[in-house]
Amino acid sequence: MAKKYDAGVKEYRETYWMPDYTPKDTDLLACFKITPQEGVPREEVAAAVAAESSTGTWTTVWTDLLTDLDYYKGRAYAIEDVPGDDTCFYAFVAYPIDLFEEGSVVNVLTSLVGNVFGFKALRALRLEDIRFPIAYVMTCNGPPQGIQVERDILNKYGRPLLGCTIKPKLGLSAKNYGRACYEGLRGGLDFTKDDENVNSQPFMRWRHRFDFVMEAIHKAEAETGERKGHYLNVTAPTADEMMRRAEYAKEIGAPIIMHDYLTGGLSANTQLAQWCQNNGMLLHIHRAMHAVLDRNPHHGIHFRVLTKVLRLSGGDHLHSGTVVGKLEGDRDATLGWIDTMRDSYIKEDRSRGLFFDQDWGSMPGVIPVASGGIHVWHMPALVSIFGDDSCLQFGGGTLGHPWGNAAGAAANRVAVEACVEARNQGRELEKEGKDILTAAAKHSPELSAAMDTWKEIKFEFDTVDKIDVAHK
Amino acid sequence: MSDVQDYNSSLSDPAQSRKFETFSYLPPLSKESARAQIQYIVDKGWNPGIEHTEPENTRSNYWYMWKLPMFGETNVDTILAELEACHKAHPDNHVRLLGFDNFAQSAGAAMVVYRGTSV
Repeated sequence: MAKKYDAGVKEYRETYWMPDYTPKDTDLLACFKITPQEGVPREEVAAAVAAESSTGTWTTVWTDLLTDLDYYKGRAYAIEDVPGDDTCFYAFVAYPIDLFEEGSVVNVLTSLVGNVFGFKALRALRLEDIRFPIAYVMTCNGPPQGIQVERDILNKYGRPLLGCTIKPKLGLSAKNYGRACYEGLRGGLDFTKDDENVNSQPFMRWRHRFDFVMEAIHKAEAETGERKGHYLNVTAPTADEMMRRAEYAKEIGAPIIMHDYLTGGLSANTQLAQWCQNNGMLLHIHRAMHAVLDRNPHHGIHFRVLTKVLRLSGGDHLHSGTVVGKLEGDRDATLGWIDTMRDSYIKEDRSRGLFFDQDWGSMPGVIPVASGGIHVWHMPALVSIFGDDSCLQFGGGTLGHPWGNAAGAAANRVAVEACVEARNQGRELEKEGKDILTAAAKHSPELSAAMDTWKEIKFEFDTVDKIDVAHK
Repeated sequence: MSDVQDYNSSLSDPAQSRKFETFSYLPPLSKESARAQIQYIVDKGWNPGIEHTEPENTRSNYWYMWKLPMFGETNVDTILAELEACHKAHPDNHVRLLGFDNFAQSAGAAMVVYRGTSV
C-alpha cells in the first residue's frame, strides 16, 4: 500500500537503522568511527550517518514519496565497540551501488565524506574503511600500467626500485637541478624525483626543468647501460596546464610523470591516469595533505581509504610511509595498506586495520613508495617490510653522502642488493642487518662512508594513529 | 677535499661503468652464492631460465635465450650445469639466470651469474 505524506522530523533510526540487513555483494560498505554527542543513542547516530551520507535530510519532504527510498537509502546494519576507546564506536553502513556514478571516486567520496562530517550530533567522525564491490571496481580505470608492466618497461626484476627526492626542495635552477639528478642516476638509482612542491616557480619553470632532467637521464643511461627515470611533477594550477606538461614529458621521452592526487584533486588525477594508460606513461603519485585527513584517530579519513581511492582513480606508485623513517606510520597498519595497494584480494584482518575483504579482480596493483628520513641503516628493515614490489626513496640519505650524490646512490644500491641477496639466501634481515651491511661495505667504500655518516640517526617517537586495541 | 673520493664512472670506460641490473653492484656471484640464488628460485616455485648477450647489448629487452626455460626443473645442480654450458659456449657474454613467475607474468628474479668481457 502507498505511504501517506506525514510532514515533520522523524528519528533517523526508524528508516536507516537495519540491524537485520544482510549486505549484498554489490553494496558498497563503509566502516565509520563515530564519536557522538553526549546522550545520543548509538543506533540513532549510526542511522543519522547512514542517512546524511546517502538519501536523507533532517526532515521528511514530500518528494521522498516520488521514489523508492527503501531501495536507494544507505543502511546502518551493525555497531561495534572500539577496542580500547569508550568515547566512540564503529558503525557499518551498506550503500546500494546505484547511489554512485560509475568510475567516479569523486562521487563516492562526495557522498561518504560530504555534509555528514559537519553534522552537529557528532563530536567527531572518521571513515575507517570502504569495501568497494568488485562490480564497482570494474567501472574504474585504475593504475595506468601496474607493477609487472613497470618492471618490463624499466627492465628491473627481483629487487625493490631505488629513488631519491632532489633537495633542496625549492630554489635550485633547472641546470643545477639536472646535475643533482644526473649524479644520483649515474651512481645507481633507478629514479630521481621532483619534490611535491616543485611545480613551476619563478626560479625554475617546468619546461626548463624537464629539458635538463631528460639530458641527465639520457647521459646516465648511456653511462650505466641501465634504464632510468625521473618523476616529472606535472601538478599544475589547472587540469589543462597539467595535461600540457604531461604531453611535453611524453614528447621528450620521459618514462614517468608525477601528480599530487589530493591537492591536485581526484578529477584531475583520474584524467591524468587515463591519459597515462593511453600513452604508455608511468604515473607516480604523491600524497601531500594526507596527514591533514588521516592522522587524527577520531576524525577524518583513514589512509587505507585514501589508498583504495587512489588505486581506483589511478597511479602506479603511491607513498605509503616507511614505518622506520621520520614520518608517522604504525607497522601493522602500514602492512595492511601496502597489501591493499598491491594484492588482488585482501582478507579482512582487524589486527592490520582491515575491516572488509577487498576484491580488486584484475585491476593492476600500485607500488608502495617508502620515503622520508631513511638511510642505508634502514635498508634491511625496509627490504624485509616492503619486499621487492616497492620503491625505496632516499633523499637526504643519498644527497647527504659526504662524497656527493653518485656515491650516496651507489651506497644505497649496494645496500639494497646485499639485502636482497641475503634475504634470498634465507637470512633474517632485521636480525642480521648490521652484519650484512658491514660485509657489503668491504667491497664498497661508498657504503662504508654512508654507514659512518648516518650511524646515530634514528626516529623513535611513538605513533599517534595506532590500530585500536583493547585497554582493559 | 682530500677525504672526498671521486666516483669513477664514464661513457668511455664500459668495463668500469656499465651495469646490468640486479646484483651488478656487488662482487660477481661465487659458485656457492649462485647455488643459493638458484635454490631461492626453486623454492619460490618459479621456472628457471637462462639468457645471454654481448655486454654492449645489455639494454635490449631480448637477450639470446639459452635453449628453453627449464619448466618444472628443481634440481639445483642441473640448473647450475646449464649455466656453465651456456658460459662455455659464450665465454665473452653476460649469462643471466631468471626465475619466471607465471602467475605474475614477470620475472621474480633476474641476475647475471657469469659476467662477460666488456669491449
